[in-house]
Amino acid sequence: MDFADISPKLTMLVYGLVAFAVVVGGLLLLLDVVPTYFARRRERQLLAVAAGDAPAPPAGYVRKPREFGYAIFFLLPVIVLLLIGLVVPVIRTLLLSLKSGDGTEWVGLDNYGWMFSNSDILGVLWNSLLWVVLVPLVATSVGLLYAVMVDRARFEAVAKSLIFLPMAISFVGASIIWRFVYAYRGEEQDQIGLLNQIVVWLGGTPKQWLLDSPLNTLLLIVVMVWIQAGFAMVILSAAIKAIPGDIVEAARLDGVTAWQMFWRITLPSIRPALIVVIVAITVATMKIFDIVRTMTNGNYDTNVIALEMYNQAFRYQETGQGSALAVFLFILVIPIVVFQIRNLRQQREG
Amino acid sequence: MATTTPVLPGVTAEPLPKTVAGRVRKRLNTRMATVISILIAVLWTVPTFGLFISSLRPEQAIKTTGWWTFFSDPKLTLENYNEVLFGQSASSGQLANYFVNSLVITIPSVLFPVAFAAMAAYALSWIQFRGREWVYIGIFALQIVPLQMALVPLLSFFSRGVSLGGITLMPAWQLEDEQKFIQVWFAHTCFALPFAVFLLHNFVSQLPGELMEAARVDGASHPKIFRTIVLPLITPALASLTIFQFLWVWNDLLVALIFAGGGDETAPLTVRLAELAGTRGNEWQRLTSGAFVSIVIPLIVFLSLQRYFVRGLLTGSVKG
Repeated sequence: MDFADISPKLTMLVYGLVAFAVVVGGLLLLLDVVPTYFARRRERQLLAVAAGDAPAPPAGYVRKPREFGYAIFFLLPVIVLLLIGLVVPVIRTLLLSLKSGDGTEWVGLDNYGWMFSNSDILGVLWNSLLWVVLVPLVATSVGLLYAVMVDRARFEAVAKSLIFLPMAISFVGASIIWRFVYAYRGEEQDQIGLLNQIVVWLGGTPKQWLLDSPLNTLLLIVVMVWIQAGFAMVILSAAIKAIPGDIVEAARLDGVTAWQMFWRITLPSIRPALIVVIVAITVATMKIFDIVRTMTNGNYDTNVIALEMYNQAFRYQETGQGSALAVFLFILVIPIVVFQIRNLRQQREG
Repeated sequence: MATTTPVLPGVTAEPLPKTVAGRVRKRLNTRMATVISILIAVLWTVPTFGLFISSLRPEQAIKTTGWWTFFSDPKLTLENYNEVLFGQSASSGQLANYFVNSLVITIPSVLFPVAFAAMAAYALSWIQFRGREWVYIGIFALQIVPLQMALVPLLSFFSRGVSLGGITLMPAWQLEDEQKFIQVWFAHTCFALPFAVFLLHNFVSQLPGELMEAARVDGASHPKIFRTIVLPLITPALASLTIFQFLWVWNDLLVALIFAGGGDETAPLTVRLAELAGTRGNEWQRLTSGAFVSIVIPLIVFLSLQRYFVRGLLTGSVKG
């Protein structure tokens, strides 16, 4: 690497930082200058009213437009970017899913028909279902179990950090870590993958783990569980610590057993946190892409919706079919959106 | 034994743990609980540890023996790192280049959404205007739109511009080589905003109303309140969001694949690593050290700022 390679990149970085300073600084400056103008105008109006030249404005008339003006400028960058980057693209993707691969002809629901009749795609949907069922279930269970086990234990902070650490690792990095665990060498050689070595120690024969379906999908799911369990653990652990002591005390005086305590006190008390964790992990799992792409590239029957969407839209240039897959993904998420919004509203009112 | 909890005589002589979990743990066989938690901790740590040890072993050793033999036959080398970062041949990683790309992508992709979201969160909390609730709900709902829904049209927005009924409203951006950073920043910023606004709104809306009211009475304008009162008070929240967004952008593969392309001018570490894993899946001396090059920065950030990260997670998810 020499400086000639990186200097254009650093130049771009400087441009980016200057743009940031200009946009954000400029906006705040504008917001300081414009109101001064409005304040002067209002002063003039008040003077006119005082002199009896103009009718008095109705109460609140002056205040509201000013507030609205501020709101527009404070929200402007977010609204514009969301319109360009999300709202309009979502609508266009909906339309594209009704068009042919090159986006020139309307084909009605053909792309959706293709999705549910093509046996490859049905396999993809089946795999995705497996992911969405197993990952939230296992990751949340492990997280909950661990949160309960290490609560108030010695070394609690260290123990939690160990489980939590994979959250900082990219899916690509995690995939490489686990590919190394699953690595295979012929029977006559020394194994370099931990899993095969354990099999050998136990007297079995080493195996190419990532070739056999559906076992390979399960092994990919392990990677996602490995990453998400820490997230579940942190949130649930905080929820457990927040359970009021007097409830526990009352239950204890009633002489409940540990099992009863867990099922009747702990679980109901952390229910909101549990829902949040399951929803968040489910949504993340639906969109899983990096792990499958890095581990097997979707070969050997491990493909999932998000990777197939990427392949259709960006490798085969079949934007119609790719968009249909994206829309399908979106439709799967909608019930969760509705559920979350209702939750939010209840909490705001409650 | 001293205990603060009232103990009925004859029930138990032990001090009782005060939390539910503590009691569950106590009643389940304590030794069993310890064994399970140690087992989980080991299971969660060993894969990373094995990769790390391997990245420091000579190529020949990695390829022929398991990393656990390191303890009986320790040989250490930094050659893998040197090769994967600075090696000149096309087959070596040349990761130093991609490391710079990751940095150039990440810094603006973090700054823009954090600043914009802070302003929006303030407006949605403390400026009275009609339809405020609906704007917020709208942004909140966008949070769960899968990225996949936006990728194809957003890419064509850059590469073909916008035209409506044959009239060109915006020409294609025609970004080349290093200029492609712009579209990566743009995409990351757009995709980050719904969550960023949501997270900051949780903090900003809970600031004491009397504070704003007092400032208003003193004649402070909204920008002044935003800069001098709100921003200093939400610094921890900004820190949380910054860490989130940093980890998200640094670790992202999908957005980078589509908007940065695969060339060494713009592609970040994740793209290069995925490529190495695909084409040179058995070159473990490069994959192990390469993986660690990509992991080390987020790991440092994460470990040193874990407090803020956890706080952000809790506010971001439990309250909404």
